[in-house]
Amino acid sequence: MLLISCPYCGDRPEIEFTYGGQAHLVRPADPSALDDQQWAEYLYMRTNTKGVHAERWRHARGCGRFFNALRDTTTDRFAATYKIGAARPDPAASEPTPGTAR
Amino acid sequence: MSKQTFSGLALIRRALTGHRDWRPQWRKAAPKPAYDAVIVGGGGHGLGAAYYLAREHGITNVAVLEKGWIGGGNTGRNTTIIRSNYLFDESAALYDHSVKLWENLSQELNYNVMFSPRGVMMLAHTVHDIQVFKRHVHANRCNGVDNEWLEPEEAKAFCPPLNIEGNMRYPVLGAALQRRGGTARHDAVAWGYARAADALGVDIIENCEVLGIRRDAAGRVEALETTRGVIRAGRVGVSAAGNTSAVLGLAGVRLPLESYPLQALVSEPVKPIFPCVVMSNTIHAYISQSDKGELVIGAGTDAYTSYTQRGALHINTHTLDAICELFPTFRRMRMMRNWGGIVDVTPDRSPIIAKTPVPGLYVNCGWGTGGFKATPGAAHVFAWTIARDEPHPINAPFTIERFRDGHLIDEAAAAAVAH
Repeated sequence: MLLISCPYCGDRPEIEFTYGGQAHLVRPADPSALDDQQWAEYLYMRTNTKGVHAERWRHARGCGRFFNALRDTTTDRFAATYKIGAARPDPAASEPTPGTAR
Repeated sequence: MSKQTFSGLALIRRALTGHRDWRPQWRKAAPKPAYDAVIVGGGGHGLGAAYYLAREHGITNVAVLEKGWIGGGNTGRNTTIIRSNYLFDESAALYDHSVKLWENLSQELNYNVMFSPRGVMMLAHTVHDIQVFKRHVHANRCNGVDNEWLEPEEAKAFCPPLNIEGNMRYPVLGAALQRRGGTARHDAVAWGYARAADALGVDIIENCEVLGIRRDAAGRVEALETTRGVIRAGRVGVSAAGNTSAVLGLAGVRLPLESYPLQALVSEPVKPIFPCVVMSNTIHAYISQSDKGELVIGAGTDAYTSYTQRGALHINTHTLDAICELFPTFRRMRMMRNWGGIVDVTPDRSPIIAKTPVPGLYVNCGWGTGGFKATPGAAHVFAWTIARDEPHPINAPFTIERFRDGHLIDEAAAAAVAH
């Protein structure tokens, strides 16, 4: 079980959290201006990063708040957790899956 | 090296001579500089595709590249359940194609894959379950796939250890039974395909990880850079399960996949007690008994994407809670081993078996939590797709473009969690 550091509550066991998938996905401001491929990219395409992955978590059985985390998907070790709206702490540390960087 | 045929007579003859002249069942091949086709991923799907390329399409200058050892990924980590009672027409056609191949696979490969159509029973615990499962029964029958509804007493008659008393949080209200479903020996599937493919000239190359995909000026796949050197290939089929995003990323192809750990566990071996496969989507349990006597139990996926091939204990505990409620007699069983595999999940929980935007590059992925059952069928239509550069009618709907065009095959909604 993962030990996850909620930015509001501190270290808590994984069972208090729900997972929210890839972070920093921004809903297009004007969806009707997109073509089908661009809309599918937003809806379905994910980096599925093998390495440091920016992702959303929610402290559902705690404070209830969403936050973001950096976690290495090859070790499950968390590098950082940070509040929604904050910039990704150290983008240089990330090695996205080759060819899938956006 | 010619293949040694297995038979009762061969077994008796070698028993008389001390079993000293059995040969290795396939060669340990070193990579040649070039192949007509290369399959990336030496699981059942990849080895099967190589076999069908050689046998059905006459393409024998083929290599299977495996970064570890064959059958060491999800082929060796699943709970070996085989069934085809999927809701949608496209899925029923694909999975039933596979079940039909399973039925004759041991004879075809001259290798006992121990296919055992002992029946797969899916339990209903709520009014919603009853309605959904009955819908599945009717839809399956329209597609020529056997599936029948059982009342709780009939379910217990089919699987005596099952608790159908009203003392459970989610009592058993009925079940859907596919009698043609069952299990097979997972390792034997990989080994059987490897042996048969090898006999047809396919090179099986282990400890060979793909590090790069080279493309020519026209964008077509030209060669693979691997840990064992550069291998030229006219066509490349990727069948790499949880690592598919990483492999296809080497060619700049993005896929709607996320890779999650999926766990399973086995108990200590006991005498035969469990005659079939039982699944419960609602309280999340999958259980059967192997021929060694272990109870083989499937747990759920972990919540987060990962490549670690392990998961959290509470996922297993959750499943064991359900198992103990359904089968109180197993409460004192001890669990012997647990493990995880990395499964590549699509948004609609249906696979992708298709051409990619890169000419000469094909992909068979997105099997999520239920790829083992599809091994022969997926391998068969994937080989067709690679050989003819166009999909077989059965896998034609399972494209990458369906996510762009909105033609999802939404078994996610149809099956909730289970595959």
